[in-house]
Amino acid sequence: MSATQESSSDQKIRVLIAKPGLDGHDRGAKIVARALRDGGCEVIYTGIRQTPQMIAEAALQEDVDVVGLSILSGAHLELFPRIVEELRSRGLDDVLLFCGGIIPEEDTDALEEMGFSAIFRPGTNTRDIVSFVYENVTAA
Amino acid sequence: MSDLIDRFLAGERRALSRILTRVENGTAEGREYLRRLYPRSGRAHTIGVTGSAGSGKSSLTGALAAELRKRGHEVGIIAVDPSSPFTQGAILGDRIRMQDLILDPGVFVRSMASRGALGGLAPTIDDAVAVMDAFGFPYVFIETVGAGQDEVEIAGTALTTVLVNNPGTGDDIQALKAGIIEIADVLVVNKADRPGADVLVSQLRALLSLAPSEGREVPILSTVATTGDGVPELVDAIDGHRAWLDSSGELAEHRRQEARHQVLSVAQRMLLERIRAATSEDTLGALVAQVADRSLDPKSAAEKLIEQGHGV
Repeated sequence: MSATQESSSDQKIRVLIAKPGLDGHDRGAKIVARALRDGGCEVIYTGIRQTPQMIAEAALQEDVDVVGLSILSGAHLELFPRIVEELRSRGLDDVLLFCGGIIPEEDTDALEEMGFSAIFRPGTNTRDIVSFVYENVTAA
Repeated sequence: MSDLIDRFLAGERRALSRILTRVENGTAEGREYLRRLYPRSGRAHTIGVTGSAGSGKSSLTGALAAELRKRGHEVGIIAVDPSSPFTQGAILGDRIRMQDLILDPGVFVRSMASRGALGGLAPTIDDAVAVMDAFGFPYVFIETVGAGQDEVEIAGTALTTVLVNNPGTGDDIQALKAGIIEIADVLVVNKADRPGADVLVSQLRALLSLAPSEGREVPILSTVATTGDGVPELVDAIDGHRAWLDSSGELAEHRRQEARHQVLSVAQRMLLERIRAATSEDTLGALVAQVADRSLDPKSAAEKLIEQGHGV
């Protein structure tokens, strides 16, 4: 993927980057948002302290292909299932899901079962996140 | 296709969202949706909110929507943010200022990237507005990219244009210049709790007193979007402009201008697309190289481009 190439199609990958829960540290989320922007995606950034309903509703209104969740509070096993549930109840079951932040290795299986296709932990090269998105979004 | 239209007409928000994507992308499918839905548009009061980056457009749009909800109206919002000229990517962050509205089923917020369009909007903005309008929102807000002096496209898209100003952002010569200030139907001094707000209001008033009057005085309102101060009065002023459009007969003229603008701008875009489709990368590359080394001027190169794509 060449960043400066003129796009032949007007179809852009739309990504929602959201921070559920109460922790206010959004630096990681902003860095990921910026990396995806530089990778040519249209990134909707919702800001901090989002409830599961707010995230799902934003995903619906923005018709995103991808939802990326950033969490540092340790509440992922409580919050993520509710977000997935809210997305499904709105008919958004084809959205690609990934997450990042402080997420222990032992939670990997549970998150994959929930429908998360990737978990990006501290130290991840942002290029890997961009590649993941491009490789896994099926053209609209 | 019919299925999605049926769901749209039944008021399903997911269908609205999906149709907006297709229309925004300008695909053949999107054009067909627009063709089917366009006759249902034309009922909404479309309101453009423009002003420089950081002037409070998003917060003010959110506050206006909240006030309209109190009055029992449903509201659609399209917020445009800039695309990168290098990667075509974008960060769309206007929703952050509208958190209180997200779970309100009477509000629908859609972010659009400018995708290379000049003038503070997006290439398919008029189509997206028509779709929101056809969905039945009585008010549709269009928030432009941060606009400085010359981004006047919004006046061709919205019935009412609200220009957001802030105190302390330039002397009165800035306001004297031609351009964006001339298209304002309603002027707002936002962040009016900051020093210099009164001075700005009187400067704007003095400026307007010099403008040729068209039978209607442009109102100037002071707001603090983050507290809601002045917002009910601003809603009244916006409604007042619509009432004036209706009673003065200007509405029909406005719609004609709007339609003319849209037809010409779509024609322009389609012509360029056709020329691009009829041109190989090699042909374009050769012309570009000649212009870059100054052996050919851009106008002659453009003429060659159009000639070789003959039949467009």
